[in-house]
Amino acid sequence: MTVPPISARGNAPLAAVPGGQGRGLAWLAVPALLFFVGFGVIPLIGVFVLSFTAWDGLGEIRPAGFDSWRAVLSDPGLPHALWVTFLVIALSWVVQTPASILLGTFLAGFQRYRAVFSVIYFIPLLLSSAAIAITYKALLDPNFGLGAGLEIPLLVQDWLGEPVLAFSVVIFVVSWQFIPFHSLIYQGGVRQIPRSMYEAAEIDGAGRVRMFFSITLPQLKYTIITSSTLMVVGSLVFFDLIFVLTAGGPGDATRVLALEMYKRGFQANLMGPASAIAVILVLVGLALALLLRRLGGRDATHSQLEGA
Amino acid sequence: MTTTLAKNTSQAAARHTAPGPKRVTRRPNWVGGAAAWLWLAVVVVPIYWIVITSFKTQSNYYVEKPLLPPSEPTLDNYRLVIESDFIRYFINSVVVTVGAVAPAVVVSFMAAYAIVRSGRGRFLRWTNSAFLMGLAIPHQATIIPIYLIIIRLGLYDTPMALILPSIAFAIPLSVLILSNFIRDVPKELFESMRLDGASELGTLWHLALPLTRPAVVTVVIYNALTIWNGFLLPLILTQSPEQRTLPLALWTFQGQYSINVPAVLASVVLTSVPILILYVVGRRQLLAGLTAGFGK
Repeated sequence: MTVPPISARGNAPLAAVPGGQGRGLAWLAVPALLFFVGFGVIPLIGVFVLSFTAWDGLGEIRPAGFDSWRAVLSDPGLPHALWVTFLVIALSWVVQTPASILLGTFLAGFQRYRAVFSVIYFIPLLLSSAAIAITYKALLDPNFGLGAGLEIPLLVQDWLGEPVLAFSVVIFVVSWQFIPFHSLIYQGGVRQIPRSMYEAAEIDGAGRVRMFFSITLPQLKYTIITSSTLMVVGSLVFFDLIFVLTAGGPGDATRVLALEMYKRGFQANLMGPASAIAVILVLVGLALALLLRRLGGRDATHSQLEGA
Repeated sequence: MTTTLAKNTSQAAARHTAPGPKRVTRRPNWVGGAAAWLWLAVVVVPIYWIVITSFKTQSNYYVEKPLLPPSEPTLDNYRLVIESDFIRYFINSVVVTVGAVAPAVVVSFMAAYAIVRSGRGRFLRWTNSAFLMGLAIPHQATIIPIYLIIIRLGLYDTPMALILPSIAFAIPLSVLILSNFIRDVPKELFESMRLDGASELGTLWHLALPLTRPAVVTVVIYNALTIWNGFLLPLILTQSPEQRTLPLALWTFQGQYSINVPAVLASVVLTSVPILILYVVGRRQLLAGLTAGFGK
C-alpha cells in the first residue's frame, strides 16, 4: 500500500499549494470515517427514525408515526426535566467557569508549588463518575458521614433527601470533578497570551487586577468559548454521576433529560419515546454549541475549521 | 535533533511565554493563591477520607472520627473486594480499554495526518467537518440505536459491544488534538522527506509520528481514562456479571455491600489505582498535551 517514491515526486507541483500536497492521502482517513459513520452518524440518523416507531427493546420495531412525540411532548415530566437540565448546565457553568479561570491563571504563573498543585488537582478527573458518586453518598450520609463524625451541625443535613440540597450537591460534585479539567484548559490559554502585552501594561503602571481584567480575560475569549462548549455539551448528557448519586431523586428533583431517556428506554422499555427525548438532547446540544460559536464570533471555531 | 524538535512542537503553545527566570510581575498573586489553597483542600479532603476509611474495620467506621487515621488498620476490606471477582472485572476493563484505545489512536492519527497534509480535497474537508460536528453532538443520545446495532450484530454482552462504540466516540477529539500537533511540524521537514524519496507512509511513520509523540501519548491517556471510567455503555450493552467492567462492578458492589462503607471505599480505591499509576507515568505529557490541545 505504500506510495512509490516516484509518484510522490510526480506530485511536486502540488507541494506549492500551502497546506497540503498529494491527493493520494484520502484513504488514510477511511478507517476512522468508517467507525465514525457506523457508530456515530448512523445511530444519529437512527435515533430520529426510532422516534417514529414503537419498540420495547426486544421484539419487533413497528412504525408508530407521531405517537412517541405526542406522548413525550404532552408529558408534564418533560418541561420539568428540561428545566432541571437547564439549571444543571447554567449553575455548573456559573460555578465552574470563574473558579477555573482563576485557578488556570494562577497555575499558568510560575509559583513554586504550581507543579504540586497541578498534580493533585487532576486527581478528581481520574476517578470514574461512579466512584465519585459513591464516595459522596457515603461522605454526605447524615448519620455516619463527615458532618456527623466531625459534629459540625451545619454539615449534618439530609443532603440527598431534600430537593434543593440534592440539587446543590449535584452541582458541587460536578464542579469537584470538572473544575480541574477546565482550569487546565485555561492554564493553556493563559500561557498563549503574549508576554509583551503584560510588559507594556506594567510600563503603563497597571496593577495585577487591572491586567487580569484588561488583558487576561479578553485574551481568553476563545478559550472561554471552547471550555464552555465542552462544559455545556458535557453537562447536557450528565448521566452516570446523577444516576448513581441520586437516581434522579428525591422525587424528580435531579431528573435530567439524559436520565429521563434512560428510564423510558431501558427501564420502562419504551424505546420510541426514549428516542424522541434523545432527539431533543441532540437538538439542544447543537443549538447550544451553535449559540456559543456565535457568541465567540467568527474565529472561535473558524480557526479550527480552517486548520482542518 | 529529533528530540529538540519534538520538544519544540510540544511546547508550541508555551512559545510566547518561554519560562524565563524573570516574571513580568513579581508581586504574589494573592487571590489566585488563596483560591488555589482552598481548592486544594476541597480536592484533598475527600480523597484522604476515602483512603483512610478503606483501611478501617466496619465497626470502627461508625465510632471513630472520620478524618483520623484508623486505630486498627485492616486489609480485610481489600481482601473482600478482591475475592468478589475484582480480578475478572479488572481484566475486562483492561481488555476493553486496550482494545478500544489502540485502534482509536491508530485510525485517528492516520486521519489527522491525511487531513493536515492534504486538507484541500473535498472528501477530507468534509470528513474533518463531520468529526468537528461530532464534538458538539452528545453521543450518549445515540445509545438506543447503538444498542439496536449491537444486538443485530450479535455482539450484545461481549467485550466487542463496548469496544466498537468506544472507538467511534474517541475519534473526533483525537483527530482534533492530533491534527493540531501535526500542523506544527515544519513544512520544510515534509518537503525534505519527500525530496529524499520517502513514501507518505514512511513520512507518517518516520517523521510525523516521532515529532508528535507527546500528542499521541496525550490522546492515549485521555481516551484510556474516558473508556476505563465509562459507565453508560457497559450498563446498557452488557448484562452478565462476567462481562462487567470496573465502574459497573463498583456500582453493583455498592448495592450489595451498602452497609459496609469501608469495603465500598476500598473498591473505589482499587478501581482508581491503575489509572493513577498511568497518570503518574504519563503526567507531564498529559498535562502539556491537554493544555496545548484544547488551548488552540
